[in-house]
Amino acid sequence: MTLIDLANPTRFLSLTARVLPWLAALTAILLAVGLYQSAMAPDDYQQGATVKIMFIHVPNAWLSMFVWGVMSIASLGTLVWRHPLADVAAKAAAPIGAAFTFLALVTGSLWGRPMWGTYWEWDARLTSVLILFLMYLGLIALWRAVDDPSRAARAAAVLTLVGAINLPIIKFSVDWWNTLHQGASVIRMGGPSMDRSFLIPLLVMAVAFSLLFVTLHLAAMRNEILRRRVRSLQMMQASRVTLANEVGAT
Amino acid sequence: MTALAALIRRDIRIALRVGGGALIGVLFFLTVVVLMPFAIGPDLQLLKRLGPAILWLGALLASLLTLDRLFTADHDDGSLDLIVMSRTPLELACAAKALAHWLAAGLPLIVATPVLGLLLNLDAEATAAVALTLLAGTPALTFTGMIGAALAVTLHRGGLLLAVLVLPLSVPVLIFGVAASQAVIVGPTPFGTPFSILCAISLVSFVVGPFAAAASLKHGLD
Repeated sequence: MTLIDLANPTRFLSLTARVLPWLAALTAILLAVGLYQSAMAPDDYQQGATVKIMFIHVPNAWLSMFVWGVMSIASLGTLVWRHPLADVAAKAAAPIGAAFTFLALVTGSLWGRPMWGTYWEWDARLTSVLILFLMYLGLIALWRAVDDPSRAARAAAVLTLVGAINLPIIKFSVDWWNTLHQGASVIRMGGPSMDRSFLIPLLVMAVAFSLLFVTLHLAAMRNEILRRRVRSLQMMQASRVTLANEVGAT
Repeated sequence: MTALAALIRRDIRIALRVGGGALIGVLFFLTVVVLMPFAIGPDLQLLKRLGPAILWLGALLASLLTLDRLFTADHDDGSLDLIVMSRTPLELACAAKALAHWLAAGLPLIVATPVLGLLLNLDAEATAAVALTLLAGTPALTFTGMIGAALAVTLHRGGLLLAVLVLPLSVPVLIFGVAASQAVIVGPTPFGTPFSILCAISLVSFVVGPFAAAASLKHGLD
């Protein structure tokens, strides 16, 4: 069993059918452990209990960028090898990535309310994540604009790769824009050094959320493959019905 | 080379002809800028402060408005298929088309900027700064917008989608264009720093834009 065998959608389906329950169970356990540890973590001396938002916020923000990376790799697969499974991977990842990005924005703004006194601050990071969210939505809109899946896949792949080039530029420019407009007025966490009692739950949550992404992604890919099979069966049936009608008419 | 020159000449001629739509962009630019004081109020000081931002937003929207023309007309009459099949590399042909589009639709915006600067109470120096940043920045808008136009034309009904796809990509151009213009008016940063980055973004878009647009045309047109 090599990696290339997975490229066959049927093999992929049978393998993921076996792997998914275990993966889901592992994700649930890790999430439970991570949430327990986060709840038990001490309050921050400055931020109080609100620091616990971090345990949800940071993994989401991390995944929001990671998912775009996964989609970029899948897009290379689409454009270079024209592989249908790569299309499926890219398509299935986009809504999940958008959801993670949205959660990162929501938790960020809920965290910002007690810390900065406002739900929305035109802070550099928030702004660039917001633009990332807009790009996810544009990508999903692109997927939905075309009914032929392989055609949509190639268009989306080009956009994903252009986005991958552009995202660092956007990040850099927003950083520049922010420092130009307002000084260092935003209260940041106390430096890069983080206490161990915060770091361990954070890492557990990061791993748990990554596994959650893998689980959801595999499940969404399965759904997408099955959806495409249903679609081609329906089209075959439709053409058979038309053919029968034509034969009956003559 | 002659093929590319012919392509550029042809595109410019079509764009400037009746129904070509190149000058619609300028008219739109003018209208957007004239509408702004109605929304903001006739406060000359405030308009002066917001002037570069208004001009840049107007130019961004105007260049977006005409982007749809870049490939659609050629796709409708079939000449796009000829361009794709010709021996000239598609990347170069895309670059030539974008250049022609910028000459026909982008350059008039910059010519119109001094007049609009007067309406917004900008002094000569500020107007010159805005015009210079537009000169450096609008090619980047055209060349990155071309990617969206190429995607939209392969999707048949992508006109509305074009705006959603292109606008987030133009954030860096907007930021540095306005930053460089504001640097002349209020400071504190020197004009050169954001302006050089703006030029760098334009140069990057000259490379990335044609390749991405050509890739999406090649893969998208069956």
